[in-house]
Amino acid sequence: MNLNATFISGRTVNQGCNLENKTSQAYFDAAAYCEMNSKDASSLGIESGNNVKVTTDHGSVVVPMAICDGNPDGLVFIPMGPWANAVVDPDTKGCGMPGYKGISAVVEPTDEKAPTMPELMARLK
Amino acid sequence: MIIKDVLCPFCGCLCDDLTVEVEDNKVIDVQHACKIGTSKIKGHDRIKAPMMRDDKNGEFREVSYDEAINESAKILANSKRPLLYGWASGVCEMMKKGVLLNEEVGGIIDNTASVCHGPSALGVQEKGLPTGTLGQFANRADLVVFWGCNPVQAHPRHMSRYSVFNKGFFAGKGRKSRKIVVFDVRKTDTAEMADEYVQVNPGEDYMVMSALRAIIADKADVVPDSVGGVPKEKLVELGEALKGAKFGIVYFGMGLTQSRGKYKNIDNAVSLITELNAHGKHSIIPMRGHYNVTGFGQVCAWETGFVNAVDMSRGIPYYNPGETCSNDLLMREEIDSAMVIAGDAGAHFPAQSIARMGKVPVIQVDPFHNPTTEMANIVIPTKVSGVELEGTAYRMDSVSLRMRKIVDVDFPSDEEVLDKIIAKVREIKGASS
Repeated sequence: MNLNATFISGRTVNQGCNLENKTSQAYFDAAAYCEMNSKDASSLGIESGNNVKVTTDHGSVVVPMAICDGNPDGLVFIPMGPWANAVVDPDTKGCGMPGYKGISAVVEPTDEKAPTMPELMARLK
Repeated sequence: MIIKDVLCPFCGCLCDDLTVEVEDNKVIDVQHACKIGTSKIKGHDRIKAPMMRDDKNGEFREVSYDEAINESAKILANSKRPLLYGWASGVCEMMKKGVLLNEEVGGIIDNTASVCHGPSALGVQEKGLPTGTLGQFANRADLVVFWGCNPVQAHPRHMSRYSVFNKGFFAGKGRKSRKIVVFDVRKTDTAEMADEYVQVNPGEDYMVMSALRAIIADKADVVPDSVGGVPKEKLVELGEALKGAKFGIVYFGMGLTQSRGKYKNIDNAVSLITELNAHGKHSIIPMRGHYNVTGFGQVCAWETGFVNAVDMSRGIPYYNPGETCSNDLLMREEIDSAMVIAGDAGAHFPAQSIARMGKVPVIQVDPFHNPTTEMANIVIPTKVSGVELEGTAYRMDSVSLRMRKIVDVDFPSDEEVLDKIIAKVREIKGASS
């Protein structure tokens, strides 16, 4: 079972607290998760903490799922950071700003492990 | 030792009422700051010494500052299209040197606004900015709109100092003196605290603004039954609330600049505010992220005429976002070297852009190991501005304030490193001309 979703990224307090602490487990915990509402989570048959794979036209990333019932159906959120950026749209549409919000994504349950920050960056060099 | 009236070097609120306790040159307690500010001032593990490596997948070796600086200067001086990116977590004094270095190497200087409020600058260039200071808004606003921003998470003390809970001269009852409206695609913690939460479909903010403009212009008859996921009755109610306000303020964030429409959202929001000014007093202001990202816009504008994305390859400043912003340059594979300073491109650029950075020499100037370090060939650690270094910063409303030094460290400042790189670049360029 997959979820067709709209992806956004954004700030959180804990992501902010660890902006200068990005090699830590605390940063991983603060930035490597994907929020969706309980209804979407149960449609995927998963619980908070289970890993999901988020795939867009621009890439894919595995992160744990977290529940946020403030999200409307089909809206998924990953805090800003390298995990979110694995799937965002680099095209600036001619204005300098990449597409960090409003990206079509497919979310699926997975047994794959979420990459650490250095593992994510190693993919890019 | 207790140090009072310390300024917080984290977000654009630049809270200036912190009390920091220092013992043996170490911060042991931070009072009045939010969780993020406390975390920043208390500090984290930092890069101990300059490092270099040829292969980005190899191990770093420790080097002297002179070696790292000379090698950085060589890379920049011999590049055809160097990108100098970051500049938001520093003080204005280092930014000035950054603009100078960019002139010397004929590169492109771009700051974090490129992935933050860069589109706001474009919107402002189209329409202007009816704005004011946080002090004015704190004392006067009876209608506060947060559009596509979430201060509870991103600017934690904003609502208590400037916008919601604080008492003001014309808002004597604090929270009770104000109506709070939040427009967002999801019910954020800020939306939970609002009087009105307006859920907008992702990427449809522009339409909602246009509908409000029509309603305010007494043209509600042209508005369809639902716009951007918001029912017409709700829009009419909001239009009346906006028109009826004595002093309205719209704070906006990445929900507008990063979603569909980007700078056009800001353009439309400014038009909305301009039109509302026929009825009451209204202002609009971007919620700036880094504590001195606003300062870079100021410094770059007074040095080059433009706020970011300034290309000096022609010997004169050239600015064309969409062409000269970092992500456009990276995706076109134009960059042949990059210096990332006081900002973290590695963590905050799309992976596909960073992959391009993986192919060219990268110099990082930063106190902390972060994803940019993973992509770097040369790493030069410096002082933490606003904690270990004093200097000028601009709050999100463009009010300049003096950051304080709290503790002493042996690391050089960004400015000192830049001065040395500039001198070396001049030496190399002079010898080759």
